[in-house]
Amino acid sequence: MRRVAIVGAAMTKFGEEWERGFRDMIAEAGVKAIDDANMSGKEIDAIYGGTMAAGRLIGQEHITALIADYMGLNPIPATRVEAACASGGVALRTGYLAVASGLHSNVVVGGVEKMTDVPVGEAAVALGGAGDQEWELFMGATFPALYAFMARRHMHEFGTTEEQMAMVAVKNHANASKNPYAHFQNQITLRDVMKSKKVADPLKLYDCSPITDGAAAIILAPLDKAREYTDVPVEIVASSQASDTLALHHRKSLTTLNATVVAARNAYGMAKVKPNDIDVCEVHDCFTIAEIIAYEDLGFFKKGKGGKAIEDGETALDGRIPINTSGGLKGCGHPVGATGVKQAVEITWQLRGEAKERQVKGAEIGMTHNVGGSGATCVIHIMKRAD
Amino acid sequence: MVGIVGYGVHIPRYRIKSEEIARIWGDEGGGVKDGLGIMEKSVPGMDEDAATMAVEASRNAVRYCNINPKRINAIFVGSESHPYAVKPTATIVAEAVGATPHLTAADMQFACKAGTTAIQCCMGMCTSGMIEYGLGIGTDVSQGRPGDALEYSAGAGSAAFIIGNDGVVAEIDGTYSYTTDTPDFWRRPGMDFPSHGGRFTGEPAYFKHTVNASKGLMEKLGLKPSDFDYAVFHQPNGKFPIQVAKMLKIEVGKVKQGLLAPLIGNTYSAASLIGLASVLDVAKPGNRILVTSFGSGAGSDSFCITVTDRILERRGKNRNVIQYIGDKEYLDYGMYVKQRRTLKTL
Amino acid sequence: MSSVTMGLPMTWRRIPERYGLIGSECESCKTKYFPVRKICPKCRRRGKMRDLKFCGRGKVYSYTVIHSPPSGFELETPYTMAIVELEEGPRLTAQIVDSDITDVKIGTLVQMVFRKIQEDGKEGLIHYGFKFSVVK
Repeated sequence: MRRVAIVGAAMTKFGEEWERGFRDMIAEAGVKAIDDANMSGKEIDAIYGGTMAAGRLIGQEHITALIADYMGLNPIPATRVEAACASGGVALRTGYLAVASGLHSNVVVGGVEKMTDVPVGEAAVALGGAGDQEWELFMGATFPALYAFMARRHMHEFGTTEEQMAMVAVKNHANASKNPYAHFQNQITLRDVMKSKKVADPLKLYDCSPITDGAAAIILAPLDKAREYTDVPVEIVASSQASDTLALHHRKSLTTLNATVVAARNAYGMAKVKPNDIDVCEVHDCFTIAEIIAYEDLGFFKKGKGGKAIEDGETALDGRIPINTSGGLKGCGHPVGATGVKQAVEITWQLRGEAKERQVKGAEIGMTHNVGGSGATCVIHIMKRAD
Repeated sequence: MVGIVGYGVHIPRYRIKSEEIARIWGDEGGGVKDGLGIMEKSVPGMDEDAATMAVEASRNAVRYCNINPKRINAIFVGSESHPYAVKPTATIVAEAVGATPHLTAADMQFACKAGTTAIQCCMGMCTSGMIEYGLGIGTDVSQGRPGDALEYSAGAGSAAFIIGNDGVVAEIDGTYSYTTDTPDFWRRPGMDFPSHGGRFTGEPAYFKHTVNASKGLMEKLGLKPSDFDYAVFHQPNGKFPIQVAKMLKIEVGKVKQGLLAPLIGNTYSAASLIGLASVLDVAKPGNRILVTSFGSGAGSDSFCITVTDRILERRGKNRNVIQYIGDKEYLDYGMYVKQRRTLKTL
Repeated sequence: MSSVTMGLPMTWRRIPERYGLIGSECESCKTKYFPVRKICPKCRRRGKMRDLKFCGRGKVYSYTVIHSPPSGFELETPYTMAIVELEEGPRLTAQIVDSDITDVKIGTLVQMVFRKIQEDGKEGLIHYGFKFSVVK
């Protein structure tokens, strides 16, 4: 297998982008990423696009052909990848495999979701498709409800508190306020979170990631050619993916995502690093409890100690292992299909030393953790600065 | 002899007090409430309808006698609030109790007496040998127009009776019906609420049919009022059954056990049947029970039922009427309006 | 599930499971499944599945009270949902009704009841099935 590097990275401003549509956003992110890689576009061999629910959200399928068209990249092959909220991460892995295999050299990986063209209720129904439609959503469960089931068990088994979960939101808003691309630019207090409207008890509005529009793109190239395009190549040293039951209730435990545990184990093995070696990490905090569980499943903290870790500031920007410097899904926003790619954009910027106010000093190894649904898909990438 | 093999009821958990309805409509003196003899009525949950309650009652009935539901060869569901205008409730019940597919099934509608007619149909089919067991159900989630006297009484409930020739806990000694065309109460298609003839629903409708059916039954069987230990009548309110007992010269005390309208209102097709279930919950072997339903439009079905020894073995197998009545949560009028979805009419 | 035609065969196919808690048991490895599975994920082609009716009793494994409902559930809000662990082992997701919210805890005993789950508007199909209530 060839070694693969990220040579270009870009994203649109995340938020409620009323004036921009699906095709505007992905074209913008893609073209900016090609620019970032100092390419003309002719060098690109293939596109992999991650989007979860374009069919429900904008009534459009066949979206990667559309993306290739709007980026002026016809007639290269354009492939859509779908794995619910992990669509972006799995698209990145698919692009990685294409370059690693030697089949393609330079590949665009895009992630996009346009979520505000439909009413919030419609968007929620579309997102519900990430769970078991017939046996969870149909019965009246919502995505916040599924994560509330996990939160309730985590509280029951480990004594995790609602305040600790709220601290995740406070930290991620603080990081987002330093990220000009983030959906939320404001800091919030613990009290704001605790007083926010109940959504699915014990989760409150500020425990939940928002409905966001946005797109992100990454350019991949073989590592040995990467210097033609960038001064600071970022090598993908591990790409790993795992699956689990679609319905949450079929899992043995609700306080761990086995797909994360397995994907992490394989990723650490592939990259030959340990959790301690990771300098900066973007985890899938679709709900605050998800970030706490990710701390544990990724091996940064012992099982049950995730709540304590956030409370002790271990994962803050100046903590032992800064997590979600972009603001995460909670602060930066969660345009579902874009999220996994955006995580890679943030880690690329961190490893290149371009993250400005939120830069983690001396970051050399970074990680992205992207989850689909309530944990039926998990995709993990470990990146290393290769200058 | 043909009789009741098993029975079960379902009464929703929610209640509204007559005083609370009176508070909204300015009847502070309690005139309507006192006139009806209803203290509170049952209100279905947001996710309950005539079909769901019929299933709950039927499952209780099957549990009571512990028969294989595949031996139920006929299901008739009597209701004036079937969830579909076209599409049977009976198939939903049949599937949910596990009686499908080798059976016949149909819905019935005769205002408040379709449940007892369903039982008569089962009796006939059992007696003729057409079927082994039949399931007759009365179930209703009736609506009363906001502010109308019916709003104080229209309750919700369900009762299911498994009829057969073997293993009966109570024999049905005979039945007699009295039917005329008397338009005292009706609902036209597409209308949310029924219309009624006010005081016309009393003497020429309820009393005439209930009394004549009961008398006809006694005459047919050669019985007199004093031969009965209990009497259950249709109960559109808490007062009519007492009056009818007096007219028939039946001791008022014999009506009490089966008179539930004061506590759950008028459960329409289920009303006389929940009353019968309440009597069966306490009756001793050998007790004789008179049951007479009434359905507007109008007609009455009267039954003479004698309890057998087997009832003692079965008792306690089930959640009984008193337990259902005791488990309750009160709604205020605002919640009631939301739960019954009557807001649109205001 | 707002379209009348889309939900129709889907809901019909599920009637035995939704009405009667019919699931599966693998005769080879004795694992019980709800809902029905045609293939045992443990034994795959060596497995032999048969229908199994679950008794309808269980206990709450986890729960939540939903204040922000999906469309179709607005009138019932707030409502309680739980992951219920059936007596026979498998777990499922269902609403808890007819019960005081404060009575629902991890470990609370519950039993199946039959209710309306969703309606396709005023003209469409009514979807019935299991919910649970706290054992009294």
